[in-house]
Amino acid sequence: MSVELTGAEITIRCLQEEGVECIFGYPGGAVLFIYDELFKQDQVRHILVRHEQAAVHAADGYARSSNKVGVALVTSGPGVTNAVTGIATAYMDSIPLVIISGQVPTNAIGLDAFQEVDTVGITRPCVKHNFLVSDISELAVTMKKAFYIASTGRPGPVLVDIPKDVTQQKTVFDYPDKLSMRSYNPVVKGNAKQIKKAVDLILGAKRPVVYTGGGVILSDAAKLLTELTKMLNYPCTNTLMGLGGFPATDKQFIGMLGMHGTYEANMAMQYCDVLIAVGARFDDRVIGNPKHFSNENRKIIHIDIDPSSISKRVKVDVPIVGNVPDVLKELIRLLKDTEGEPDQNALREWWNQIDLWRARDCLKYDRASSIIKPQMVVEKLYEVTKGDAFITSDVGQHQMWAAQFYKFDKPRRWINSGGLGTMGFGMPAAMGVQLANPKAKVACVTGEASIQMCIQELSTCKQYKLPLKIVNLNNRYMGMVRQWQEFFHGNRYSESYMDALPDFIKLAESYGHVGMKIEQPEDIEGALKEAFRLKDRLVFLDFMTDQTENVFPMVPGGKGLSEMILV
Amino acid sequence: MRHIISLLMENEAGALSRVAGLFSARGYNIESLSVAPTEDPTLSRMTLVTTGSDEVIEQVTKQLNKLIEVVKVIDLVDGNHIERELMLVKIKAIGADRDEIKRLVDIFRGAIIDVTDRSYTIELTGTSSKLDAFLENIESSAVLETVRTGASGIGRGDWVLRV
Repeated sequence: MSVELTGAEITIRCLQEEGVECIFGYPGGAVLFIYDELFKQDQVRHILVRHEQAAVHAADGYARSSNKVGVALVTSGPGVTNAVTGIATAYMDSIPLVIISGQVPTNAIGLDAFQEVDTVGITRPCVKHNFLVSDISELAVTMKKAFYIASTGRPGPVLVDIPKDVTQQKTVFDYPDKLSMRSYNPVVKGNAKQIKKAVDLILGAKRPVVYTGGGVILSDAAKLLTELTKMLNYPCTNTLMGLGGFPATDKQFIGMLGMHGTYEANMAMQYCDVLIAVGARFDDRVIGNPKHFSNENRKIIHIDIDPSSISKRVKVDVPIVGNVPDVLKELIRLLKDTEGEPDQNALREWWNQIDLWRARDCLKYDRASSIIKPQMVVEKLYEVTKGDAFITSDVGQHQMWAAQFYKFDKPRRWINSGGLGTMGFGMPAAMGVQLANPKAKVACVTGEASIQMCIQELSTCKQYKLPLKIVNLNNRYMGMVRQWQEFFHGNRYSESYMDALPDFIKLAESYGHVGMKIEQPEDIEGALKEAFRLKDRLVFLDFMTDQTENVFPMVPGGKGLSEMILV
Repeated sequence: MRHIISLLMENEAGALSRVAGLFSARGYNIESLSVAPTEDPTLSRMTLVTTGSDEVIEQVTKQLNKLIEVVKVIDLVDGNHIERELMLVKIKAIGADRDEIKRLVDIFRGAIIDVTDRSYTIELTGTSSKLDAFLENIESSAVLETVRTGASGIGRGDWVLRV
């Protein structure tokens, strides 16, 4: 007779079967049996965070930097509600996560039990899918489905809610090898006719632009994308989520586009005649006002795995639904087999135009300033790490400067909350990155407002000796809020001043870390070098930066891409 | 324009709330929604009546298809189809009105399924607009209660929605 296992044992066995090495969580009443099983084994490592939001962000950073499914484990009620911000963050950026949540026993569900919430209901709008396991016989197959759904198609977080009694009951453990779901069959290959049409459009282009997003990163298509772009010699721009999809140091890279994109990228996007959109979704921060964008005539090819991303905000001419690498491979093959080639004269003229836009030097700032310019800190960070670090960020001005000034040549090196814009994401995400890449240099570029939203994780970093470098661009303001108030609200800085800041140095030291305060531009490089020399220590670098600095260029809300405010 | 979206989905707890949640979260209209299990008890069939521009309806169908439990989605308005809705309506019926109402029920091919000395309860089946037309012919103060199922629909001829 086969051995019967408890639901808690099965949960852990499923993680082992999926090859999960590391999970992030916080114990509580409803998950005590699962934690008991975790204790009895050593295959799955558990990282104890200090707040459930951080558990999900850390699993998220782990997933983004490694292309594995990130796993978080939280208890019922407040455990879940704390996790919601993390789940919504992952959902907006299509990150493959499995979140296991405890639930009150099945006979208590619906009775307003202690630490009960309708987890499936609360998380439904911000997960790719969720399950309530009300029968232990369904547990193993549900876990299998969760990993399958999270990691295939357009990835996303999947939540599995397990009532406490289910973790105690017993059944025979049988983990399915394969799944087939009649209601879920993500497409892979693009339509051949559509790809052929795309080839004709690509070769006929006079002013082409390749515009790529997070889909290129998530599907590991950066190499193919680079190959395609190089063989065509077309300009390439990345979205905030797409940085690293094409090498930023390559001369064909025209910078990030969008609200804080470069002048040349936004102008090229607006005035191109053929746009090749790959794994991107034309969101409001990328193209600004869609009506203004549509004023110019251009043909759009849109490659995406999610049909609902196509023709959502902008009508496209050649939609190709498919897995980005599969479609790119086919495109490259067809382009190699085709006799025709792009109109080189037109392309030369187009590059000349782009170079004129580039000459506008839209990212310039006062390098001679006696006050630390935040841009310079990021530039020095890039130099000191030789462009090879993993950079996470929080949300605000520092995020934009990191995106603009750190040149990402590789995918999965730039980790930020692009869609939801979650302050507090940076440090916990960096913990996940460091655990997935123990030898790598990991820095979190943040601000004094964002960092305080998950500051408690300094404790987690101490427990697991995570040698993060926290690059705090401290301008004593919620910088991006202040910038909008300056531009659009008559300099009325309503509640955007961060009064009563802690002494970050002492704070870091109280957690057993190293703190450094940097007040002079000439000390930036030395401090960064020193921080990275301290290989096994977390270093909190508190840079006192210019309070008045703004992020340029800027496409104001509701405006078109060519209507940038320039420095 | 009015569309009749017909879909098959896994007959699982919570599937309905995913559809309803999608419509409210994305600001789509629902005029009516009816759902019940099919001959295969693992599948439910849902009919949703909605209005919107072509772009909105395209998004509605794409978003519905994205739901993990949804197996198939069609828009019945894309082809020839039959649409029916059931209405039960209780009408004040006193004196001379009783004959008049009975004649109207005959004209609309309805049936009187419950009678008191002061009221008729009428069962009426047809397209939603036919049911509307019936109600328009009754003085509104005489209508005591209406219950409508919302439209369900099916493709004509060989057009079949199945797994």
